[in-house]
Amino acid sequence: MSNKNLTRRGVIKTGAVAGAGLVLPTYLRAQDSGFTNAPTGDTVTLGFNVPQSGPYADEGADELRAFELAVEHLNGGGDGGMLQTFSSKALDGTGILGKKVEFVTGDTQTKSDAARASARSMIEKDGAVMVSGGSSSGVAVAVQALCQEAGIIFMAGLTHSNDTTGKDKKANGFRHFFNSYMSGAALAPILVDQYGADRKAYHLTADYNWGYTTEEAMASSTEALGWETVNSVKTPLTQTDFSSYIAPVLNSGADVLVLNHYGGNMVNSLTNAVQFGLREAEANGKKFEIVVPLYSELMARGAGQNIAGILGSQNWDWKLENQLGDRYSGTNAFVQSFGEKYGFPPSQAAHTCYVQTLLYADAVTRAGSFQPCAVVEALEGFEFDGLGNGPTTYRAEDHQCFKDVVVVRGKENPENEFDLVEIVEVTPTEQVTYAPDHPQFAGGALGSCNNGA
Amino acid sequence: MLGIKGKDLTVFLLVAALALLAPFLLNPFPVDSAMAQFNAGYPDLMQRFVIFGIFAIGFNILFGLTGYLSFGHAAFLGVGSYAAIWMMKLLSLNIIPGIVMAIVFAGLFSVVVGYISLRRSGIYFSILTLAFAQMSYALAYSVLTPLTGGETGLQIKQTDTPLLSNIPEGEIGRANLFGLEMSDSSILRFANWEFTMNVGYYVCAAVMIVAFYLAIRIFRSPFGMMLRAVKSNQQRMNYTGLNSRPYTLAAFVISGMYAGLAGGLMVAMDTQVGPERMFWTASGEVVLMTILGGAGTLIGPVLGAGFIKYMENIVSKINSTVLHEWFAFLPDGMEDFMVTIFYPFVGKGWSLTLGLMFMAVVIFLPGGLVEGGQRLKRLFRRKKAEDDQSSAAKTPAE
Repeated sequence: MSNKNLTRRGVIKTGAVAGAGLVLPTYLRAQDSGFTNAPTGDTVTLGFNVPQSGPYADEGADELRAFELAVEHLNGGGDGGMLQTFSSKALDGTGILGKKVEFVTGDTQTKSDAARASARSMIEKDGAVMVSGGSSSGVAVAVQALCQEAGIIFMAGLTHSNDTTGKDKKANGFRHFFNSYMSGAALAPILVDQYGADRKAYHLTADYNWGYTTEEAMASSTEALGWETVNSVKTPLTQTDFSSYIAPVLNSGADVLVLNHYGGNMVNSLTNAVQFGLREAEANGKKFEIVVPLYSELMARGAGQNIAGILGSQNWDWKLENQLGDRYSGTNAFVQSFGEKYGFPPSQAAHTCYVQTLLYADAVTRAGSFQPCAVVEALEGFEFDGLGNGPTTYRAEDHQCFKDVVVVRGKENPENEFDLVEIVEVTPTEQVTYAPDHPQFAGGALGSCNNGA
Repeated sequence: MLGIKGKDLTVFLLVAALALLAPFLLNPFPVDSAMAQFNAGYPDLMQRFVIFGIFAIGFNILFGLTGYLSFGHAAFLGVGSYAAIWMMKLLSLNIIPGIVMAIVFAGLFSVVVGYISLRRSGIYFSILTLAFAQMSYALAYSVLTPLTGGETGLQIKQTDTPLLSNIPEGEIGRANLFGLEMSDSSILRFANWEFTMNVGYYVCAAVMIVAFYLAIRIFRSPFGMMLRAVKSNQQRMNYTGLNSRPYTLAAFVISGMYAGLAGGLMVAMDTQVGPERMFWTASGEVVLMTILGGAGTLIGPVLGAGFIKYMENIVSKINSTVLHEWFAFLPDGMEDFMVTIFYPFVGKGWSLTLGLMFMAVVIFLPGGLVEGGQRLKRLFRRKKAEDDQSSAAKTPAE
């Protein structure tokens, strides 16, 4: 600090410039529009926050493809995809409210800190008015809370834990994907139908939040129909070899193994179970069975031959319309435009993200405003059809979509790597509907919608 | 001034100026220009810069001075975060109690971990600290779910009613400092430039300046000298009859408290905690920051923290659409070619770029970014000196 050229004139000059600088700018606290990131130009920015690295990078890549496709369709490009079949005709391919849709992407890394950092940069830097995507419930809950605080709409991607629309639900957050309870409610009757009511189940559960809610849902739905839960064992999420957990299963008196695992966990545990000969084993005079509550095409691909004959549930499958007819219209339109662009059929993660984007755009158009509270009002209780799941409702009480759940089984002889599962049955909406204050979802409150400032 | 002088004072004033002017320095490009992609002056990232700066400064007190390489420092960051969020949920939404408790709990935890781990040195010490951190992570992730919220973590909810704060019915509490909300910002606009002055950021910056000042004092104190002695030859020190354990433990606890402070600030700025904050990669990150910036130097860790966070948040957001925009002026074939070449290094490939840069720094600048700066300065000086010499040669001898 040896500034020797400190002159009186210099000081006055600097002072004057600094003073002018502080006075000049328009001092804005709240934006004129009254809500966060109101789009001002002729474009609107959406934020797509997906895992691009880490264990769910495959799902993330597929989600991103779906988002790009959705933006293309919203802006009037391509063949329009589900816009042709969607029951609401508010969208006309001119963007949203006449504004061209642009998007920014970010990497959640499947960590809530990283996901929030990337969502905050979308909100604070890029001016995103809606954030969507993600492939884990922890991330969904974290980003949903952030969006609530910032006054942005959050359209959840793949998140299956009850908590997202249960104890961690938020007024600014919406989930199209199904949840653990629905998996349990959809699977239980079919399990009883296929394997009999007199069964003893052994649960292996991934030791984290999603695992707990899935185990609880599976156990309570199957017990209600006469099954007995012999034992449930938690396995560390980082486990790659499950032999030590599988070995005691056969001598436990159980005759069904329920694998509450997802992603790499499920691929490994199922492979171990098959290696141990559980598929050929007999217990209590019955054939031993394995159940995987949450299925995904990407997991099925990972597990290969081992998946054959194993039951599970899905939010959506690309063969729905072909096999079960018009009720699931929209499926083929989406599969066709996705396939044309990328060369293979979309996964359920891609489907839910695509649908969420359209639903948001449609809600904004119907509300006539990007204002979050107006969008929330337009989405609450919204009944729609033609987006691949049949008639669907966005329930106002918890912002969860209610629709049919697909029960699938791994194919014995898959023809190609995209056709690994066969649809066993579709469980109708009424059977998977629950009261908003159901014990598995208790303890949270939506609160009021937040427009931010 | 303030008991520091000379070079230290210059560095301190430089850091203070950088911290206070960051909203302007980090947003050098007009909002609607193509270069706006590289602007880093938004609240979240600025907060992260200084918070991780504090974390790295604290880590450097241990690693830079004593040479003990802790591979589990993220555990203290996590403990601090959990302590802070519980204070906010239960006691007050004012951030001060939260931050104080974050420092206290991280300090207590580091006494325990330090007491056990410091019985060994070198690689064994690193492994012990790593084991503790992974243990804390596993506990937070599943075993202690009622206390930590498991994988989902903890947030402030509508149902939370802190003792000392009045929250209007149906509203979710927000972190504040005596009524000033952390998320409040004012935006200054000059023509096409936009500068966001965020309350939370300035709170962090003020804390960072204090933390940095404390670090300088520690570096220059007799205690700091003792720690340097541990680094250069601990055995010889022990043979002279000096018990070095209390010094290393003190350094360990101080740096644990710095980590706790960083954790508390993270919660104050963004009211949520998740267990992956304690994962070993988070511990590794602070090691990278310190080495990248220059271990044992004052300003190095701050630079390293800024560098890594910039890569993670800015470079990771460049996707193929953005690349296509950049190279749109080239003919089609060339455009695709350039995009193909650059694509693996941006977006999800940001860690690849970071890795390459890290390798380059370690190989060519073993002293970190600080050494790079010094070399530049020397180059500059030498030229000046040569000029002086040559002019001296020209003056005829008397």
